[in-house]
Amino acid sequence: MNLPVDKNNTIKDKAEISFQQPFSRRKLLGGAATAAVVLVQTAIGKTVQAAIPEGAFIHDDPTKKPGPLPSLLGSRSQFEKPVRLPSDTSSRTPLQDLYSTLTPADLHYERHHAGVPTINPEAYELYIHGLVEKSMKFTLADLKRFPAFSRICFLECSGNYRSKADGKITPQGIAGLTSQSEWTGVMLSTLFREVGVKPKATWFLAEGSDAAVMTRSIPVAKGWHDAMIAYAQNGEAIRPEQGYPARLFLPGWEGNTSVKWLRRLELSDAPFMTREETSKYTEPIKDGKIRQFSFDMDARSIITFPAYPVQLEKGWIEIRGIAWSGRGKISKVEVSTDAGKTWQVARLQEPVLDKAHTYFRHLWQWNGNETEIMSRALDETGYRQPTMSQLLAARGESTGGYHLNPITTWLVKQDGQVLNKPDR
Amino acid sequence: MRQTIFQYAITAISKWLLVLAVIFAACTRTNIHNQATGLTSAVEAKYSSHSSTIADTTHWPPTFGFGKLATTQELATLDIDIRPDGQGLPAGSGTVTAGKAIYASKCAACHGKTGVEGPNNRLVETAAERTENYKTKEKTIGNYWPYATTLFDYIRRAMPFNAPGSLTNDEVYALTAFLLHANNIIAPDAKINAQTLPQIIMPARQYFVTDDRKGGPEVR
Repeated sequence: MNLPVDKNNTIKDKAEISFQQPFSRRKLLGGAATAAVVLVQTAIGKTVQAAIPEGAFIHDDPTKKPGPLPSLLGSRSQFEKPVRLPSDTSSRTPLQDLYSTLTPADLHYERHHAGVPTINPEAYELYIHGLVEKSMKFTLADLKRFPAFSRICFLECSGNYRSKADGKITPQGIAGLTSQSEWTGVMLSTLFREVGVKPKATWFLAEGSDAAVMTRSIPVAKGWHDAMIAYAQNGEAIRPEQGYPARLFLPGWEGNTSVKWLRRLELSDAPFMTREETSKYTEPIKDGKIRQFSFDMDARSIITFPAYPVQLEKGWIEIRGIAWSGRGKISKVEVSTDAGKTWQVARLQEPVLDKAHTYFRHLWQWNGNETEIMSRALDETGYRQPTMSQLLAARGESTGGYHLNPITTWLVKQDGQVLNKPDR
Repeated sequence: MRQTIFQYAITAISKWLLVLAVIFAACTRTNIHNQATGLTSAVEAKYSSHSSTIADTTHWPPTFGFGKLATTQELATLDIDIRPDGQGLPAGSGTVTAGKAIYASKCAACHGKTGVEGPNNRLVETAAERTENYKTKEKTIGNYWPYATTLFDYIRRAMPFNAPGSLTNDEVYALTAFLLHANNIIAPDAKINAQTLPQIIMPARQYFVTDDRKGGPEVR
């Protein structure tokens, strides 16, 4: 039995087998009861053993046969298959498959510049030096001994916008580079206090230990205010794709500044003008200017249901989605079901948190006529999520793909098809 | 009853004193960290109003004593960043000719024979493109990179993609020279080293402005 398997030993073509859950060698070595062992061919031509877990077989009547016994590690129902949408440079969170605001860690979006490094936590050290009283290094164990802090926050890549001319694009495709976690770690202010940051320091360099040795310059004030060195995500150690064993986390700021696999912070009296803050993560605006150090993520929302590729039926529909702002709390989400002619206030799921995804819902009775539905977020600064044409009017037609947060419009066709209405 | 009111008053006054102390501490901290310098003072001013979100630390020890002092030797190995004023640039130098040969063998496969063809990031602006408005063109070193020092820093830390950190300082200087010349920024016989590199004024430098978005009703 030869199954198509990629180099991670994950079955690619799920249709060829009777059950549809990808399996891995870890499962074979792990605790799951094994019903059968099959030989599979990997993409690089290597034949390996893989197990079909007993739970993978579907019984007609679950009341007539005992199920698998307790195991070392839980897994999703074999009927649920949310996956990220990967490209060469990133993978996107399946926003349309989530029911609330927390992103399961394995579905958190990824963006990195030279792959995911493997870092031994025993060998990990974070250096802090430059304009400080004492240049110091901290092991992971050291970081965990300091007073800890947890908060729920979104993290969003500032390049989080895609569209498709035919409108056949999911919420994941449009805005899947935002995810939300509970982050736990030590406040950077605690470490600043420990090393004695000198008054002359106004910026610091954050450097990762990936193969891009990625760097960003951050104003020291953000470090004192709410920056964290996070080592945990949703209650467990941070995933490798999210910066294991420790990362910088800057609430509300463009994801690139929250440098992962953090190895060094250097306090300075000026920014370093690294590649990621000059030739990347900057946006052309009007009058030939290029905007730099655009840290804050402006307020945004997206309806995640109903959305492409949902086939809608007439009758009562609860419109659902998420809204968020890097500048504070979401104060209101407005929904229109008549192409923007009128707007209604959506219900927000409590608690509404600072710089966090906020879930909204709005009940709507669809009569079967073609229409457009859309949402717009307002935050506590009084900012209202703009349309794409408002953004282009403010920044010029040639602005790039960074910091685009336009209202997303879904076109509901008479036959129940839901398509994204392209913005430009 | 009188005693209770008295106690209440004392408690209330203590609370206010504590609040004032916290406000004073926050203001002091803000002032200390708001000594704006140089071109980016706008950014510093923008975020200087932030106060710390962590809990009251008045009962904390002056130091927790966790972590170790970093040695000069350890920092010398790690501290590879180059600043726009040239701080951090190592000894060594490179020429356009030397850079051309290194580019052909180690860079052209991803960036194209002349830095234009790709498949990966475009590096060079063609002579024809230099006559048009920069906005209408693809981003290149010549039309978009504001500092020449960034080239050295980035090439040395992250390139070539399949073997980052493998180039010698002389090779990085040479590649920097080649790319600057290919973008018509330096002469073909220019020599790039720690003294000459920070003096180069990049064409795009003049276009860079600091973010002016600030929340509120206005779309920027």
